[in-house]
Amino acid sequence: MAPRRILSIWLAAFAIDRWRLAEGCARGEGADAQPLALITETAHGPRIQSTNFAARNAGARIGIMLADARTLCPSIVAVPGDPAGDLAELERLAAWAMRWGPWSALDPPDGLLVDVTAVAHLFGGEAKLLADVYNAFETRGFAVRAAIAPTAGAAWALAHYGPERSILAPQDDMEARLSDLPVAALRLDDDVLTVLRRLGLKRLGELGTVGRDALHRRFRNRKSPAANPLVRMDQLLGRVPEPLLPVVPQQVPLVQRRLMEPIRHRALLDTVLGDLAADMVRELEGAGQGARRLDLGLWRVNGEVAVKTLELAAATRDAAHIVRLFGEKLGDIDAGFGIELVRLRASWAEPLPANQADIEAAAERHGTSLAAFVDRLTTRLGPKAVRRPVLKGSHLPERSQGWQPALDPELPSQESLRFHARPLKLLDRAETIAVLYATPDGLPQRFRWRGEVHEIARVEGPERIAPEWWRERGTARLRDYYRIEDDAGRRYWIYRYGIAGDGRGGAPEWFLQGLYA
Amino acid sequence: MIPDAFDTAAALASPSQAERWRPGLGAVAQSEIFASGRDGSGAGAALAFALDAWRCRPRAEGEEAEDRRAVVWVQTRAAVKRGGRPFRAGLPQEIRHRLIHVLAEKDEDALFALEEAVRCRDIAFVIGEIVGSPRALDFTASRRLTLAAERHGVPLTLVRLDGTRDLSSARQRWAVQAAPSARPRWNRQAPGVPAWQAELFRARSHPPGTWRLSEDAGTLVAERETPLPVRGEDTKGWSHSGLAEVGEGRVAISNAASPSPGFASSFGASVAILSPNGERVLG
Repeated sequence: MAPRRILSIWLAAFAIDRWRLAEGCARGEGADAQPLALITETAHGPRIQSTNFAARNAGARIGIMLADARTLCPSIVAVPGDPAGDLAELERLAAWAMRWGPWSALDPPDGLLVDVTAVAHLFGGEAKLLADVYNAFETRGFAVRAAIAPTAGAAWALAHYGPERSILAPQDDMEARLSDLPVAALRLDDDVLTVLRRLGLKRLGELGTVGRDALHRRFRNRKSPAANPLVRMDQLLGRVPEPLLPVVPQQVPLVQRRLMEPIRHRALLDTVLGDLAADMVRELEGAGQGARRLDLGLWRVNGEVAVKTLELAAATRDAAHIVRLFGEKLGDIDAGFGIELVRLRASWAEPLPANQADIEAAAERHGTSLAAFVDRLTTRLGPKAVRRPVLKGSHLPERSQGWQPALDPELPSQESLRFHARPLKLLDRAETIAVLYATPDGLPQRFRWRGEVHEIARVEGPERIAPEWWRERGTARLRDYYRIEDDAGRRYWIYRYGIAGDGRGGAPEWFLQGLYA
Repeated sequence: MIPDAFDTAAALASPSQAERWRPGLGAVAQSEIFASGRDGSGAGAALAFALDAWRCRPRAEGEEAEDRRAVVWVQTRAAVKRGGRPFRAGLPQEIRHRLIHVLAEKDEDALFALEEAVRCRDIAFVIGEIVGSPRALDFTASRRLTLAAERHGVPLTLVRLDGTRDLSSARQRWAVQAAPSARPRWNRQAPGVPAWQAELFRARSHPPGTWRLSEDAGTLVAERETPLPVRGEDTKGWSHSGLAEVGEGRVAISNAASPSPGFASSFGASVAILSPNGERVLG
């Protein structure tokens, strides 16, 4: 097997290059000739995220406040940065960078990693491959530094801190070649770098002089690789593996119909929708996928566009089902002067192995599946209408139950205690009851709820439930729950909020919270 | 001919053909339960009926050992406001993890959800809760639900909170109210297992009657308190029946497949347990 080779690409001035390309000016000319800084808004004011060459010469550094930079260079121009756009562009570049290897990974915020194991000969050797990388990025207008090494860590270190276009061959002595690099080449967090600087460790080679045990003791609590120089060093030298997440470009299944005559009537739209659904099912079948979310775009002649989105409870490839669900949503579409383009896009698809198609007659006889049932209800009643009660970690009754989508798997939770006799139904909000007559031990003999008087005949309790002191205010009071049955046999769950003389408010109030079967 | 038609109706209503209702007879396509919105008796009885029918449903050859199908509970917003939502910790153990709750803002939406639910093959049974007698729930809507439930074999129990007994095609119509529970053995002062006073006032294949229902160790127990139905015609029809010989006092009818001895002992000497075809086997 060929030894592992990783290409690390560092876009040294990525954000500035993106801004410059958007402005359409060459490097150092036009708007780029003036000192300029991309800023991010922080809690303490704007901070410099990236600077161009002129601003760097004028003294503005990355990470300082804009106000400080203004004192050094009053003419500096501040432009808001766009980190989300940078990341999206980086993703596109990662997919593009697969021209040099079978897979690539993101190295945010401004780097890429490409696996070039056993592919260098296609470019005429690793030196020529690197030259091709430099060439391609220069053509696109990005300043770039790249390096090839046996591990991602080493390639990253060389690209950022090593000599230009460095290649670490498999037979080279890695420790010797890398020992002159600064410790920042280990991809560590800033505070760890500060610690290392205070310890007097400046170069990678110096880490070896201290002794592994001493470093291990010093960083024994740091488990994350970015906080532990030893782990990073081992990753750099290939002693421990470092998993990388490859970028896989995905084609979103998309089908559309450009109509010769704009359609204005629902019947025609239904026909087109049926055709589109059939096409979409064929697309999905080819990819072995089922749709979870579908976007239907309707372009009108007068330049308006209406988008209807459909989310499904389970991956599906059933054209009739899709048409039926969209049919409910198309009732309020305004066709205007006509719809000229209809497009269906599966923006979220999940793998769905091929199985025997559900024959329509069989579906009629055997009924629909649970997923189809949930879909139909969700489409008409909204996503919050179909839910399943799940246990949550709390002993307060109203907080001990949560609601989740009907088909989501249930998380493991602690089973409730069997001897607790809980009511069948719980009111959304416990209702105050007016106590008309209380016995000396505090239990009401008679109470009024929703305008009717109940005479308590039988009672069990109290069950004391304390407030959650870690969450609630200190003035929250405890609750004493009673299971009661009135003279007509109606069974309720009532509680007293607080006890007399607990110093957290006046006389305790009574609430009715649950209804027993 | 008109007299013939009367004869047929009388024959249908005669006790020799129409069997008394008792637990364990299996599910009916749609049953309605009228109950007060001030307590949980309607939902409790609906669950008890549905679970009773579910437990003794016929098992087909090669069916899965454990029925893991979902249970759907549809509520309108008004029903939630009046009686609250199902509370997982208080649900019967066997349906706790399988319950799907549907909250409908309007009565029409609730009816739509109920119909979709009875047409789904992965659902064991459906419970609906609707407040009052909404305009949307007319005879046509009710018949639609019954037909769909019959066709797909998913039983539906509709709880009508504070409703009036209007026209409906439900196969069984009950009026349920809470009844004082039996005293538990260890704490005589505590409320016991739930009990209901249930009146079957309209049924397709059973004569009407009133029972005291309760749950005993996972089975529904019915105990008939009033021996005979009140209406004059029915009384005539029953006067020469075998059941009438049991006479005054309490008649207990239990699921003959699992008669509960604890129950028999707690109701003293005037108890008769009947086999499914109405013969007296004990008492």
